[in-house]
Amino acid sequence: MATSIRILNGTVRGKLYWRRTLEGYLFISPWIIGFAVFTAGALLGSFGISLTEWSIIGDRYWVGAGNYVKLVQDQFFWKSLQVTFLYLLNVPMNLVLGLLLALLLNQKILGLGVFRTVFFLPSVTAGVAVSLLWLWIFNPRFGVINVLLAKIGIQGPMWLGSETWAMPALIIMSVWGVGGSMLIYLAALQGIPTALYEAATIDGASHLRKFLYITIPMISPVLLLNLIIGVIGSFQVFTQAFIMTRGGPNYATLFYVLYLYQHAFQWYNMGYASALAWILFIVILVCTFLILKMSRDWVYYED
Amino acid sequence: MTVQGATAHHAVPERNWGPVLHKVFVYTCLVVGTVVIMIPFFWMITTSLKKSGTEFTFPIEWLPNPPRWKNYVDGWTVLPFNRWALNSVRISALAIAGSVISSAIVGFGFGRIRFPGRDALFMLVLATMMLPFPSVIVPLFLLFKRIGWIDTILPLTVPTFFGANAFFIFLLRQFFRTLPLDLDDAARVDGCNTFHVFLRICLPLIRPALGIIFVFSFMHNWNDFLGPLIFLSHTTKYTLALGLRYFQSQYRVEWALMMAVSLIILTPNIVLFFLAQKYYIQGIVVSGVKG
Repeated sequence: MATSIRILNGTVRGKLYWRRTLEGYLFISPWIIGFAVFTAGALLGSFGISLTEWSIIGDRYWVGAGNYVKLVQDQFFWKSLQVTFLYLLNVPMNLVLGLLLALLLNQKILGLGVFRTVFFLPSVTAGVAVSLLWLWIFNPRFGVINVLLAKIGIQGPMWLGSETWAMPALIIMSVWGVGGSMLIYLAALQGIPTALYEAATIDGASHLRKFLYITIPMISPVLLLNLIIGVIGSFQVFTQAFIMTRGGPNYATLFYVLYLYQHAFQWYNMGYASALAWILFIVILVCTFLILKMSRDWVYYED
Repeated sequence: MTVQGATAHHAVPERNWGPVLHKVFVYTCLVVGTVVIMIPFFWMITTSLKKSGTEFTFPIEWLPNPPRWKNYVDGWTVLPFNRWALNSVRISALAIAGSVISSAIVGFGFGRIRFPGRDALFMLVLATMMLPFPSVIVPLFLLFKRIGWIDTILPLTVPTFFGANAFFIFLLRQFFRTLPLDLDDAARVDGCNTFHVFLRICLPLIRPALGIIFVFSFMHNWNDFLGPLIFLSHTTKYTLALGLRYFQSQYRVEWALMMAVSLIILTPNIVLFFLAQKYYIQGIVVSGVKG
């Protein structure tokens, strides 16, 4: 009796196991198909194409690593990498400013909701409309920034028309959207148990010490998240460059994805563009990996 | 208790100005920040109300008098923006539907069914969040070209039905996991199969999370530029983002009209934000803190 029950039990469990497995895969099957075609398939396809010379209308030639060799010798490739890395400066600025705003808002203040809404508002706008707005804001003569600067006796720069100032202009524009990271910090700050601060106060800790030894470690996972979001996003800048500067002046804003787009869809160098695409993929992968690896030294996890 | 009492007692008599100065400092920063953040919006609105040509006159008209409301009609009708708006609405609606449906189904699979290989596959989902869309545009373009999808809405909508946005899957999986497991068991005892548990029991409980997917997905698709730029070529197929770019190429110096049209295009973003503010904030908070 006892054994037969156990056997019965076993087969029922076995059946359930297979049913669960089948159902599980059924539920995630849309993603599996999508991943196979639009992600894994596309990436492999991209790699295959990068080994060819292919200008969409003409024939395809196998060139092996030829495109990658060409890439290393291509000064515009290096320029676009340099431009994109320079733009990464917006990330620490957004990290610090977002945290400062969140600290300001994480107190008992009147109109908290209003301030939070105002600071977050730019983050809900995006795309061509915002790029046009900032193109007009940075107009050297009639744009609002230089008009206001002129009022206090400063002659503003040419901004997007200047090789030196085009990049700072685009970074300023990105800082306008600091509200998104502010909101993430704010949530993290509100999740810190007040008991920690109370205990520190009893021990006579100063504000600075509390900030350095309680606040920073407690929000470090969120700092890491904002850092990664910021870096990955910065590598993909396209719309601003396409609408506002077209990569100029003198290639000062030749962002990587803009350069990739030009090769693929203006000059139809599908092979070369795919090589660029793979390098982009690898650069983002390596950067994310390095950040995650280094984060072990400064990110604090409670469990 | 005693310690708190002692400090409070200590603070009263000597009139501590510290907290007051602190408050002044905080509010000053917040007000200055508010002004700086709002200047671009203000600039957009005033410019949109100027008479064509007066964008380039000094002194700057901060409050155009009389305000030219007609710019909104003129800008919108000088090019087929109605048609482009229709295209944008159609694409966004389908993409939102695809995102909500697919991420709910897949999120349920990852969040509430235990099966071999699940955790490894979920790591793959997380990894694809890092994959930059630009690095697959070439093969996707060639694929869609081969199957005749270029200049249709299909490349912009069909992938969303296949869990194209890994972040949404991640988000819903997190929400599904917060529901108690007894819920499923009780429903099963009552004779529900897994699909019923998903549709009738769990889905209604995570409705707020579906709201988050809705707003994020709208934001993404309404403002998307690179996707439509690559997959749509004929002007009749344009979305608003492409139309606005076309406007810029045709009327380069008509800033009043350009700002008016830009403002119209951004209005759904802003309205939706105010209507669904809690979803936005919750979505960002969940992704940040639970992630």
